[in-house]
Amino acid sequence: MDFATLLQMLDATLRLATPLLLACLAGLYSERAGIFDIGLEGKMLAAAFLSAAIAAVTGNVWFGLLAGIGASMVLSAVHGLASITFRGNQLISGVAINFLAAGLTVVIAQSWFAQGGRTPQLTGDARFNPIDLPFAEALQNVPVIGPIYYELISGHTILVYVALLMVPLTWWILFRTRFGLRLRAVGENPAAVDTAGVSVIWLRFAAVGICGILCGIAGAYLATALQAGFVKDMSAGRGFIALAALIFAKWRPWYALYACLLFGFLQAMSLRPDVIERVLSFQVNGQFLDVLPYILTVVILAGFVGKAIPPRAGGEPYVKER
Amino acid sequence: MDVMPKWADVILIPLISILLAAILSAFLLLSMGQNPWDAIVMMVEGSFGSSYSWGYTLYYTTNFIFTGLAVSVAFHARLFNIGGEGQAVLGGLGVALACLYVPWPHWTVAVLGSATAAALFGAAWAFIPAILQAKRGSHIVITTIMFNFIAAGLLNYLLNGPIKVPGSMELATAKFPEPTHLPTFEELFSFGETSLFRAAPANVTFFIAIAACFAVWWLIWHTRLGYEIRSLGHSETAAKYAGISPTKIIMVAMLISGALAGMMAINNVQGEAERLVLDNVAGAGFIGIAVALMGRNHPFGILLAALLFGFLYQGGGEIALWMSIPSEMIEVIQALIILFTGALDQLVRMPLERLFLSLRRAKT
Repeated sequence: MDFATLLQMLDATLRLATPLLLACLAGLYSERAGIFDIGLEGKMLAAAFLSAAIAAVTGNVWFGLLAGIGASMVLSAVHGLASITFRGNQLISGVAINFLAAGLTVVIAQSWFAQGGRTPQLTGDARFNPIDLPFAEALQNVPVIGPIYYELISGHTILVYVALLMVPLTWWILFRTRFGLRLRAVGENPAAVDTAGVSVIWLRFAAVGICGILCGIAGAYLATALQAGFVKDMSAGRGFIALAALIFAKWRPWYALYACLLFGFLQAMSLRPDVIERVLSFQVNGQFLDVLPYILTVVILAGFVGKAIPPRAGGEPYVKER
Repeated sequence: MDVMPKWADVILIPLISILLAAILSAFLLLSMGQNPWDAIVMMVEGSFGSSYSWGYTLYYTTNFIFTGLAVSVAFHARLFNIGGEGQAVLGGLGVALACLYVPWPHWTVAVLGSATAAALFGAAWAFIPAILQAKRGSHIVITTIMFNFIAAGLLNYLLNGPIKVPGSMELATAKFPEPTHLPTFEELFSFGETSLFRAAPANVTFFIAIAACFAVWWLIWHTRLGYEIRSLGHSETAAKYAGISPTKIIMVAMLISGALAGMMAINNVQGEAERLVLDNVAGAGFIGIAVALMGRNHPFGILLAALLFGFLYQGGGEIALWMSIPSEMIEVIQALIILFTGALDQLVRMPLERLFLSLRRAKT
């Protein structure tokens, strides 16, 4: 494989890893606070639809982004209501949210745009366009570093950089702030947090809210940056791959970045079967690459490669002692 | 003493949940400029109006009975088997292999063989998630989700090559040989001139599903194993103290669950399509979750809930065909039912409990 193809592949990896990373960090906040969330997929899908719809109507992608975050937050609120306030089953609530999003997006899209459950094609300012980082043009001809900077690092949409910045930010919030300490504590031992006089309910709602914002950005990225418009089921299991990445990363922000880059690379490979064939000189089955993230996660869960220990109070509603 | 009488818990709460889901769906239809009453009338006519539409409704019902029972058996052991979809995919593979490669003399023998294959393949797909839960404590929900995707990938791979008809563009196996054809309701119930259930896919598998309901009822409430499954579901520590091995019960419950989900394939693969195609499960595995929740994990409740979802599916298909309402509307209704009966249970339960308490106080 030549250098240019490698850069192309890595460039695609970064683009495909971005929605995974945002959703994975979203799940990280929620699960670290003890709220399982298998509804990441649904929230992304809802955000993808509403962001594309509003961007198409207003012609401004930033309104689209806000609307996408709003849609995701509404579903987060439903999840919070069901799993925190009414102490319902968090997994069942997540399943319901996934179906709700899968159904509602198509039904509403059909009713609004009558284009077979999709939104109109987005162009110009209704999309997030690539931005060139400073000196990218000037440095283009410097050997090795120039192309890496020009092809790989520069020329992505702003949301890619936002996602990458979220990694250190999440690490800092979780491990260096009081809020983060409490958030982690509420996922391990909510009774202790309650005893210390901090509201378990409030903390968990905050975590679910942050999860909603990040899923919203992930969904908006899918419909307004990666692709130009919403199509039915466009999240295509990314919410579940993000969930797999979260386990792979053992609920840690930096590992989440590596896991998402790995899974993004697998997705990039399955899009370019010709490259794999040239490099490995045999055909790798596309379906195999698609399911590899899931197989790897099962291997991790089986404990062959380290052990993934989830937050201890995950999935259990907190009942205050009387 | 319970706050509410049993009938309120078993009948009233599910009914109120359906009502809430129906009201929200009606509002959605109204906001789309559709008349909800017209939609309901069309759904009822389209799913119960003729023997033909009954044939479709009961066909869907059969699928949902199997997946609903599958979810409920796992629920009794407090395991959430979300992998019915993948287990049904594997069941379909088992049925296809049994039908294609074994020369069956007659359908009565063939159905025994294919049912066994379906159950074995479905159970096998539940085996790894079960053992990871039992031995490693990995969450069954996560592993079964992963296995759904792996099953879809596996079927896609097989239908793209190994079991495809050579030279054909279509992603499907060859048609199953004639002796494996299961009698449809049309063949069973049409006498002389009167032809009933004409061209509808409901077939003899419906009675197998009913038998499965009885079998699960017997297993859960009348056998030692069923008692052990329920004990584990109520309290793992108590079950351990009583000498019940959680590892064994988790394994057995999940294998039974996977086998039931796999057996759905007799209906849709052998009974209806008579060949294996891509996407043959079409979400029935997930509907099993809604059916089990609605049916309160009791086989009789599951039968009724499966009929309700059969009605929603057939009726929803009709309104998608005749009114400009996308068939995804069913998915919305399904989501709302799962939400209200599963996750927001307390929302309905708390005011009801308060009501019954005040009623009782008024009496004494």
